[in-house]
Amino acid sequence: MFNLERWQEIFETIRKNKLRTFLTGLSVASGIFILVILLAIGQGMQNGISSEFENDAANRISVWANVTSEEYKGMNPGRRIQLDNQDYALAEAKNRDKLEYKSGVYSNWGVMTSYKGETGSYRVEGVRGDYQFLENESLVAGRYINQSDLEGYEKVTVLGNRVYQDLFKGKNAIGEYLTMAGVKFKIVGIYTDPGGEREETRMFIPLTTAQRVFNAGDKLRSLVFTLKPEENFEDAVAASEAFSQQLENDLKTRHTVAPTDERAINVNNSLENAKRFYDLMDMIRWFFWGVGICTIIAGVVGVSNIMLIIVKERTKEIGIRKAIGAQPLSIIGMILHESVFVTAIAGFIGLIFGLLLIEFVGPLIETNFISNPSVDFGVAVTTVIILVVAGAVAGFFPAYRASNIKPIVALRDE
Amino acid sequence: MLYFSIMIEIKDLHKSYRTGNNSLHVLKGINFTVSEGEMVSIMGSSGSGKSTLLNILGILDEADEGTYHLDGTEIKNLNERVAAKYRNKFLGFIFQSFNLINYKSALDNVAMPLYYQGVNRNVRTEKAMHYLEKVGLANWADHLPNELSGGQKQRVAIARALASDPKVLLADEPTGALDTKTSYEVMELIQGINDEGKTILVVTHEDDIAHMTKRIVNLQDGIILDDSEVKQVRAKDAMKKALAHV
Repeated sequence: MFNLERWQEIFETIRKNKLRTFLTGLSVASGIFILVILLAIGQGMQNGISSEFENDAANRISVWANVTSEEYKGMNPGRRIQLDNQDYALAEAKNRDKLEYKSGVYSNWGVMTSYKGETGSYRVEGVRGDYQFLENESLVAGRYINQSDLEGYEKVTVLGNRVYQDLFKGKNAIGEYLTMAGVKFKIVGIYTDPGGEREETRMFIPLTTAQRVFNAGDKLRSLVFTLKPEENFEDAVAASEAFSQQLENDLKTRHTVAPTDERAINVNNSLENAKRFYDLMDMIRWFFWGVGICTIIAGVVGVSNIMLIIVKERTKEIGIRKAIGAQPLSIIGMILHESVFVTAIAGFIGLIFGLLLIEFVGPLIETNFISNPSVDFGVAVTTVIILVVAGAVAGFFPAYRASNIKPIVALRDE
Repeated sequence: MLYFSIMIEIKDLHKSYRTGNNSLHVLKGINFTVSEGEMVSIMGSSGSGKSTLLNILGILDEADEGTYHLDGTEIKNLNERVAAKYRNKFLGFIFQSFNLINYKSALDNVAMPLYYQGVNRNVRTEKAMHYLEKVGLANWADHLPNELSGGQKQRVAIARALASDPKVLLADEPTGALDTKTSYEVMELIQGINDEGKTILVVTHEDDIAHMTKRIVNLQDGIILDDSEVKQVRAKDAMKKALAHV
């Protein structure tokens, strides 16, 4: 391997056979390049899908009520079911040791809001303090709704970052008052949500205040919970499914809804959705690996094809070399050494081009489903090594056959 | 003439080729000896077995029966490795179609046998240059074979054959692809090499070329028909004669 004479011989051969070297290199480099891009897109899709789930707490369970769709105990279908504080209190009391975060929600859409001449129409949600974690929000400034706000029916609000930008244009907002549905609210905090703008065009106020301001009595739009973490994902899915089922049954009993009614009470379990998406993601990952492995196989076949052609093309040269005293082993060595050198260099060039493309173009690709495509460098280098080794193994057989060619046969081959 | 020692000795050599169910008996018992410093031509029509004989002598092929001694070493049942070593050590080849490596310069072609002897690069270049000078192509050292004329290519091939300082030079129709004038020039060069004491075997079907050697072995249907010493025609004289005709 470190025989200087051999290296000189190989460099000379490469220099004198630029086209052949270029074609071999091109097939290897493009194979690796495609593989790197594929793996990166796979990773990007995984990132994209994962980020879709960052909107809300991953194990969030939400409950809405709707109209009944089945006749039950003498009552007609089409009856509207209304959730209220009592539903929340019962669910909370029954599952106190299982719940991690919990909140009832009363929300209103399109609430006219103004601050010193700037106006906008936003969604306002009355919530409890836990809602920050249920929505996976983090505070940019100030504080969130707290227990004393709820008890004192305080007129305080936490703005979404987007609302803040719209109304305040970057000026200080904490401690200022804005008018919401004709009532003045004091701004106590600003939040940001990984879900982006759509999730940030909202304002939160204490649930009790909301029910009073919007004249809602003890009505609730929805109930939102998360369960305490479990040891593993499977347990968490099982626990949250059991909880969802029990909650649904309790609510149906209380509101006299048929147990088979699918529409009246709606329990949405994110974890179950998440599981479905994680399964999908696994499939996507397997798919990309499958395609990647096929690409490598195609690459190996390509390399060995080229090796075969090279050996065929060099049959006469090999015959000449043998006639003037080349050992069979030195023929094998010469061909393999050259091919391993070319494939390795080409492989790394393909790898570098792929990585550069991802580095510079990757961040520009920001769709809902692909974000920050990247590739594990270790995996990429491993594939290059696999390709080189496989290419060498594939090339060994034609090289071995070449070394066994009788010189007279090779020399006769015009 | 004074012969120093026996260089090639073959006894009762047989060779058959098998193609499908047919067996073609090409060499049917050849006995033949060449001493050091001889210049022998092997003649015969096509199919007489002369190329087969040369391939066996050149350790490119192996006989079915009989013995072959080259410079006192028995050539028998050699594996590829040893065969390659003996070829490199004992033999220099000159082919009808030159068989130069076309992506290597004349100098590198000549240096190639030395590479396989493990000679280091500087010595290789120096020696190869020396032999190129000997065949009169020192100024063409950096040229690729396809930039050379047929005669020049064959000279490079001769220089390459000489480079490893072999015991025997084997030439297979060395002038087969050349015109008369160039043929004579090449033969003049080969004669000069023989004059310096190198043993040379030439396979040819051309009578005038055969008569430029010192001994003619006539092969027909796999046996030696006739083996006699002849008066050597110097290529230089033949050339003068040929030019006088024009």
